[in-house]
Amino acid sequence: MTEAEIVRFLYHEGRLLDEKRWDEWYSLFCEDGHYWVPLTRNQPDAEFHTSLAYEDRLLLRLRIERLRRRPPSQHPESWSQHVLQVPEIEGQDGDCWITRTAFFYAESRGDAMQMLTGVALHNLVEQEGTLRIRLKRVNLVNCDAALPSIQLFL
Amino acid sequence: MNRYRADPAAVRALVRDDAVHRDVYTDPEIFRLEMERLWPRTWIYAGHASQIPAAGDFITGDIGTVPVLMIRQPDGSVRVLRNRCAHKGAKVVSDWSGNTGRFIRCPYHNWSYRTDGSIAAIPLRQGYDGTGFANCEAVRGLRPVATEVYRGFVFARLSDDGPGFHDFFGDSLSSIDYMVDRSPEGEMEVAGGVLRYMHDSNWKMFVENLNDAMHPMAAHESSAGTAKELWADQPADAPKPMAIEQLVPFAGSYDFFDKMGERVFANGHSFSGAHFSIHSSYAAVPDYEAAMQRAYGKARAKDILGTVRHNTVYYPSLTVKGAIQTIRVARPIAVDKTLIESYSFRLKGAPDIFFKRNVTYTRLINSPMSVVGHDDQQCYRLIQEGLAADGNEWISLHRDYRAEERNARDLTVNGTSEISMRNQFRAWVHFMGAA
Repeated sequence: MTEAEIVRFLYHEGRLLDEKRWDEWYSLFCEDGHYWVPLTRNQPDAEFHTSLAYEDRLLLRLRIERLRRRPPSQHPESWSQHVLQVPEIEGQDGDCWITRTAFFYAESRGDAMQMLTGVALHNLVEQEGTLRIRLKRVNLVNCDAALPSIQLFL
Repeated sequence: MNRYRADPAAVRALVRDDAVHRDVYTDPEIFRLEMERLWPRTWIYAGHASQIPAAGDFITGDIGTVPVLMIRQPDGSVRVLRNRCAHKGAKVVSDWSGNTGRFIRCPYHNWSYRTDGSIAAIPLRQGYDGTGFANCEAVRGLRPVATEVYRGFVFARLSDDGPGFHDFFGDSLSSIDYMVDRSPEGEMEVAGGVLRYMHDSNWKMFVENLNDAMHPMAAHESSAGTAKELWADQPADAPKPMAIEQLVPFAGSYDFFDKMGERVFANGHSFSGAHFSIHSSYAAVPDYEAAMQRAYGKARAKDILGTVRHNTVYYPSLTVKGAIQTIRVARPIAVDKTLIESYSFRLKGAPDIFFKRNVTYTRLINSPMSVVGHDDQQCYRLIQEGLAADGNEWISLHRDYRAEERNARDLTVNGTSEISMRNQFRAWVHFMGAA
């Protein structure tokens, strides 16, 4: 993988989310992939500490199928916009690329819009010639604040 | 704006036996009166003793809208102090938690206080000689609040008058006992972080919802129903992921939630799940059950583990889920704004799986990113918006109303009754009615 391909992958991931192409986004995750939004800074683990979200493929599938059903909280529907800084490749750990992408995230619903910001850390692996997400960890700058509902994917 | 303050009869008229006036959720004056009357006169959850193990350890919080400080004393006792400098009124401690050392010092003029709240030093104190200072309110320092610790749970009552602790809670305290006794050592500690979820709705909507057994199959169909479908193709003996084990029961039938039962106590307290609950079918942990039998004897261990109450409401501030060892605390901010904090507990001497269950549950259900919470929050918001509009000013609480329930101090009924809400409003009017 070249650096340019990795960067392109990360931009593509954000775009899939903002365009609600959830099945394509879901297929970017490895079988054992996780999406994690820690509750505290430098949180070491998700099993013995509460997180804002910690989802394996089963829970991601649940979130996607639920959104598709237009649940009560999706009237009106939410929309997101990821604004990504140029991703940095932090290094490699075994077969895993570790990247760091600072972002702004907006989630709008009806007349309301909330802004969040932070850093997304990806662990990416190459499987059958394409990149896959083993872990997407989203460190919100205000992870410990009193937050309103965050309904879509950071 | 002073329609209710000077008119106790008008406040009392907001609550009928089987209905409640919309102003209790929407009127800013009523909210202020709740903060002046209901919250100060009742026992409000201030924190857990395990959060402040050493002398000088503190956490900050609020009783209603009054900032307080819960702090460990040198003699090991726990006090709750008003977190407001006796001099200019500044909030003295602004960190969420920490250790004050021997003295609590105001950052503005260096007035300093002992951990019991009394004044230790004022710079150039002689400047007050010959003034009326010695006889003024400020001399009392950071005035302590009536405090009671029950099995580690710290409650405080701001007002000098109000019911005694045990009179106020009565037998509802058994929900705390059943939760703590799930530890073979009979102790729990706060661990794993606090989820803070901001709701743009009145605090009572959240508190009422916890024993509202008619909403899960409707509001949570999208999340629990989806979980059920995702697991539907699995063979019956496939090991269930914790998330499925926890989410699917929310899609239980009306019959399930009705038979679950509900019990109410004087002063607004209640719990649902009097007979069983959505937590009844979690996988057994045999080694732990043996340890529980050794600690409590066979009969009591069976009683503790067989008691799986759904939510217990310690009116008005605290809600407890004993089978999972998690609590949610309602922190009213404005008439249409409430912060809900969720805390997890570790059972001392119990296997890690219980804490893992607890962390999983609270993340799935109580996080601002929870697919369950989103739909609750949406419904509260819709009520808040709807009630603001003119129309029928009365909200029906008629479901399974019986006149004889009015004076009952301890009553168990069917799970889908709206009795817990009527019971809360009977307490509400009792504490709000007098100036």
